[in-house]
Amino acid sequence: MMKQGLSFAIFAWAFACATLGWAQDRNPVAERVLACASCHGAQGQGTSDVYFPRLAGKPAGYLFHQLVAFRDKRRKYPPMNYLLEYQPDASLKQMADYFAAQSPPLPPAAIPTVSNDVLERGKTLVTQGDPQRGIPACARCHGPSFTGMEPAIPGLLGLRARYIAAQLGAWRYGTRTAIAPDCMQIVAGHLTEADVTAVAAWLSSLPAPANASPAPQGSWAMPLKCGSEPN
Amino acid sequence: MGKLGFSITLRWNWLWCAALLIGLPQPSFAGASTTPDMALVAKGEYLARAGDCIACHTTPGDKLFAGGRPMLTPFGTLYTSNITPDPETGIGNWTADQFYGAMHTGRFPDGGLMYPAMPFGSYTKVTRADSDAIFAYLKTIPPVHRANRPHDLDFPYNNRSLILGWRTLYFNEGTYKPDPSKSADWNRGAYLVEGLGHCAMCHTAINALGGSSESEAFQGGLIPMQKWYAPSLTSNKEAGLGDWSIEDISDLLRTGISRHGAVYGPMAEVVYNSLQYLSSDDIRAMAVYLKSLGEGGPPQANAPALPTDVSSLLMSLGRTVYEARCASCHGSDGAGKPPKYPPLAGNQSIEMQSAVNPTRMVLNGGFPPGTQGNPYPYGMPPFAQLLSDDEVAAVVTYIRQAWGNRGTPISSQQANELRSAPLN
Repeated sequence: MMKQGLSFAIFAWAFACATLGWAQDRNPVAERVLACASCHGAQGQGTSDVYFPRLAGKPAGYLFHQLVAFRDKRRKYPPMNYLLEYQPDASLKQMADYFAAQSPPLPPAAIPTVSNDVLERGKTLVTQGDPQRGIPACARCHGPSFTGMEPAIPGLLGLRARYIAAQLGAWRYGTRTAIAPDCMQIVAGHLTEADVTAVAAWLSSLPAPANASPAPQGSWAMPLKCGSEPN
Repeated sequence: MGKLGFSITLRWNWLWCAALLIGLPQPSFAGASTTPDMALVAKGEYLARAGDCIACHTTPGDKLFAGGRPMLTPFGTLYTSNITPDPETGIGNWTADQFYGAMHTGRFPDGGLMYPAMPFGSYTKVTRADSDAIFAYLKTIPPVHRANRPHDLDFPYNNRSLILGWRTLYFNEGTYKPDPSKSADWNRGAYLVEGLGHCAMCHTAINALGGSSESEAFQGGLIPMQKWYAPSLTSNKEAGLGDWSIEDISDLLRTGISRHGAVYGPMAEVVYNSLQYLSSDDIRAMAVYLKSLGEGGPPQANAPALPTDVSSLLMSLGRTVYEARCASCHGSDGAGKPPKYPPLAGNQSIEMQSAVNPTRMVLNGGFPPGTQGNPYPYGMPPFAQLLSDDEVAAVVTYIRQAWGNRGTPISSQQANELRSAPLN
């Protein structure tokens, strides 16, 4: 009798585990976005490819804007344009919400491969900007610890230097655009290639802050009007 | 993912809907504005969906029907025309007669010839009443003032008089004639598939002259420029639907997914922009007609006797790749988890003679279209960045031959060539 009870208990335990595991595996949104995992990681933590960005924990509004921009070809990258071509807004919104809610740990900070002078120049541009050339500090919009702000200002942490440089370049050349007024296009337009290298190197060398979540909406005033972020 | 390849649309991406207005400005007859007949307009909107006018005449992310979308062709680039009711740059000054003339005969109001990228070879089958409804609808959309961009065609194709020769060879003018020996459903389906649906534009092979022969209707072919294969609708070895139930065919057409597989590539566009909006009666009618096209075909062949040493090696590498990358969704037995993850075993789209589509799905991945019937589709990841040419060839060979599938092996060179296929 007792033996029977024990085997029943073991069976029940196994069943419960299997069911729980099954339920976890079957998170329908996680399953839907497995298509993203081969480049961005299952939780959007990024992969070893330095050109594919981390998605996890970025504001949902930002991620949604990017998905829509890829679909409508305002942001040009053929593999993404192709994948999202026939997805309605609601489908894209669900993907954005999923990755915004993930919080895998940030990767270790990159060890800079540029000189200290370049790094110093990056730090100055990122934290103070260059008012004479009309360049606001990155921190003015992206936050004092670069975690971004809800609903649509992305954090800049956990990104590799090459990705950051490629995006700033894409804005300068018009292959990446945002809702008008496209403030990043204005800012990137003032940057030289040397500025881009310096900014990307310094940002990618930053360690993770204690709280990497984006700041609540309205935490600070925006220095310029951006179509993506309500002011 | 995306298995049953049933890709209609953009095969004639390039030749489709391009219509350059070269005529003189037409005198305006539209002086007095009359209240449009809303029932007629609604019918016209529905029929414009059935004709998928938007696919060519709207640039993605831009204004409805304002044209300007580039269509790459082997003969050069065509730019689609503005079909908004703007009097100067659109069709605001056209009459219903002139619009019907364009649909039915492929001619502009001044008699000029349209390039057969505009599927007038199919639209000629549309009734006058349906053409008038579409015209009434187009009159109600917001006018966009934007001049048509001249085509950029190579010599000698920039000579429009060549179209006369093309028309002599390939164009048969005439409204659809119902076949009294068939059911009402069948005739309605044939009218939609052969007419507004212009399915033959992709699913019939195109020759070097950009024409297709009626005797080869719906037998499939590679879509020029796009490098997707539009499978045969008459062979049950390809996308022939003779062995499918009417319900499964209807699901695929209307929602983009089914028990047997999903639409992908250019066919995803057709479902997204056109078929998902059609009534269940019309979808069913199309299913009845499509099923009849695939009936009476040769029975499915068995798997070819395996294999040479090379394909053995491919199969063993392919199995390793499959178990590591694919089996978690499609299953070690290839059964998939339909309709989320399509089955690969017994999937016509995987096994068919051309390996282009399964290879591209492995390289590029894809999502079925998000539709009213399937608003949150499950996607397949791209593997181009993760797998070598050898691994792609191996895994495609594996899925084409495992589980009794009867496809042929592919080489790593074939896999490599498709890496450069255009993505949009």
